[in-house]
Amino acid sequence: MRIVANYKHYKELNEEVVQAIKNGAAQLTLEDVNGQRFIADCLKGKLKIDIYGTPGNDLGMFMDGPTVTVFGNAQDGVGNTMSSGKIIIHGDGRDIVGHSMRGGKIFVRGDVGYRVGIHMKTYKSNVPIIVAGGRAGDFLGEYMAGGIIIILGMHNTAKKTEILGDWVATGQHGGAIYVRGEVDDSKLGNGAAQFPMTADDEMTVKKVLTEYCRVFGLGLDSVFETDFTKIAPVSHRPYAALYTCE
Amino acid sequence: MYSSVPEFRVLIDKQRCRLCKRCIENCSFGALEWRGDKVKAFDDRCVACLRCVSMCPEDAITLRRTPSDVSAHPVWTENARRDVFTQSRTGAILLASTGNELHESIIFDHLLLDACQVTNPAIDPLREPIELRTYIGRKPRSVEFEAIGDSIKLKTELSPALRLDIPIMIAQMSYGAISLEAHEALARAAVMRGTTMGSGEGGLHKNLYPYSDHIIVQVASGRFGVHPAYLEAGAAVEIKIGQGAKPGIGGHLPGTKITDEISEARMIPIGADAISPAPHHDIYSIEDLAQLVNSLKEATRYKKPVLVKIAAVHNVAAISSGICRAGADAIVIDGFRAGTGATPKVIRDNVGIPIELAIAVVDQRLREEGIRRETSLIASGTIRNSGDVAKAIALGADAVKIGTAALIALGCTVCKRCYTGKCAWGIATQDPKLRSRLDPADGAQRVSNLLLAWSIELKEILGAAGINSIESLRGNRDRLRGYGLDHTTLEILGVQHAGS
Ligand code: SF4
Ligand code: SF4
Repeated sequence: MRIVANYKHYKELNEEVVQAIKNGAAQLTLEDVNGQRFIADCLKGKLKIDIYGTPGNDLGMFMDGPTVTVFGNAQDGVGNTMSSGKIIIHGDGRDIVGHSMRGGKIFVRGDVGYRVGIHMKTYKSNVPIIVAGGRAGDFLGEYMAGGIIIILGMHNTAKKTEILGDWVATGQHGGAIYVRGEVDDSKLGNGAAQFPMTADDEMTVKKVLTEYCRVFGLGLDSVFETDFTKIAPVSHRPYAALYTCE
Repeated sequence: MYSSVPEFRVLIDKQRCRLCKRCIENCSFGALEWRGDKVKAFDDRCVACLRCVSMCPEDAITLRRTPSDVSAHPVWTENARRDVFTQSRTGAILLASTGNELHESIIFDHLLLDACQVTNPAIDPLREPIELRTYIGRKPRSVEFEAIGDSIKLKTELSPALRLDIPIMIAQMSYGAISLEAHEALARAAVMRGTTMGSGEGGLHKNLYPYSDHIIVQVASGRFGVHPAYLEAGAAVEIKIGQGAKPGIGGHLPGTKITDEISEARMIPIGADAISPAPHHDIYSIEDLAQLVNSLKEATRYKKPVLVKIAAVHNVAAISSGICRAGADAIVIDGFRAGTGATPKVIRDNVGIPIELAIAVVDQRLREEGIRRETSLIASGTIRNSGDVAKAIALGADAVKIGTAALIALGCTVCKRCYTGKCAWGIATQDPKLRSRLDPADGAQRVSNLLLAWSIELKEILGAAGINSIESLRGNRDRLRGYGLDHTTLEILGVQHAGS
């Protein structure tokens, strides 16, 4: 089913989407999207939503299941507190992509902004995954409690040379960040450190990137021309000694 | 070097003690041990939780405060010395539980309620109906009706509201900070009395879903356990920005407390610290707050009110105005004496402002800006009895929330050791053995009794003032007088001094 967003208020657009799903639509194409917020907010189940234009903030927030593809750039808060499903962005994502995300995948072809993957969590088999083909801004993976972030630094649309911003993984206490290429220790915040890539890490990265490359039609070999660096927490209980518990 | 003087002495009457060892089994703080032929007490470990005292079948145990007198000093009080001593040993932040222990003067205690004499009649609540029903949410400016055939229909679209039978709600306390049994008892009490309780920020255990019509689900900075089913289950959604016992700082539930079931409710791994960041990282402005409010309204398809909770801080009036404009259906303000399971002591005792002043300035500000009806005002942090409830409402609150009072009804003795996770009464603990001491059905009945008792008293207070509905007390500061309060305080409260 096709819905033209144009200058509709987000309330109107999202209500149309909800009604269409209620009436049995499992595939939706939203055209002419002009910054409407909260698209696919809290939607559940095996839906497929294609978006042409630029969706507004909090795309796919609380989402649990659907696959959302954006043929363009997205704004802040993509996949905020998302439970499961997939968000594919053919352009750039902006700040706090995957904030507190606890499952599902977010694949961004280009750059992502500040505080990406902040406070992502793992729960049992739910391991949230974020992959960005370009560079990431400051505070990547801050407070990260679980999940996987991969930054490739390949389709770097902002044309900045550095793949990572500053204060990477400050307060990290779970999960792992994989960066294609070398990372200077000065980039890391408190609580995180570089660790050697194990065979398990290699396998995880390969598995995720095989899917990522398939989605965007990229050659897997060129991705692996450069080695990956792993950033992980020093402790799962970083603040254990901070308090007097007596 | 001296090691600080124990706060309490546990005295066991040898004449009475029949060596049953029940006290030893019951002391979760390890203060009592069996020594061959007698119970030995380790005073320095005793927190005065009173468990042994109430469990001893022979009434053989007595607690005494500060057995060794320390030389008195008006500045270097025993507590001040104890804290310095502890920190010189540990080099760490002092944790504390329950509410502010400094600032003994409570404004509520200096406010007096009015009653009718001669010129207008009092109402007898035993014979005449007095309405306590309270709606939490945005009220329309006006209502329009339309006639369809013979029937009359409301034309105005109303915002979703919480319908409460009493203006007293149970506060947000997380599963994790308190036990599942305590959580369940509070939820059941809320159902019994037609009010709500709060999930706290730790998600909702599956056993609590049957009561979710009476549960306000919380969304805090850690976003623990927040998923579609959780949001859809709640009677309302509450965004927690801050709490009175720890304004401006986040929270850490230590990994040692993340048991299997807590991990399931919070949706995080067993044993890892549950860290709530100080701010929400998608909220750096009122506009961002509006975005989270709206995303939650979208998520719940505009069927549920969205509340925003903040701590009462210096700028509370301006912030509340912003929150109201951000679309919150209710603002929850937590005063500086509010309780908690764990907070740095220095924050608990020194940050924020009294709830009485906060209610008055927020109500006043929203009225002046003509937006008071756009949002409800809920006050919490030291509501100890129905008098406090009435005074909070007369100052301008729509309803109040109670936390510590509800826990005391469950059996809490205010030993102030919630952060240890060893609560001897099965409340602030995850230890299965300790948890089994609290029966949810019994606990629910006691909390329900408390709420019932306060409701009856509220009706007495209203009746005495000649008011037949709690609506008419709301913001009716003319029915309050201050006693022994200074001019500035009275001015901020908008209350006259007694006698004037
Ligand atoms: S901690 Fe409680 S149970 Fe233990 S000795 Fe003290 S009062 Fe008794
Ligand atoms: S809840 Fe338990 S640990 Fe906390 S103050 Fe009350 S009795 Fe003590």
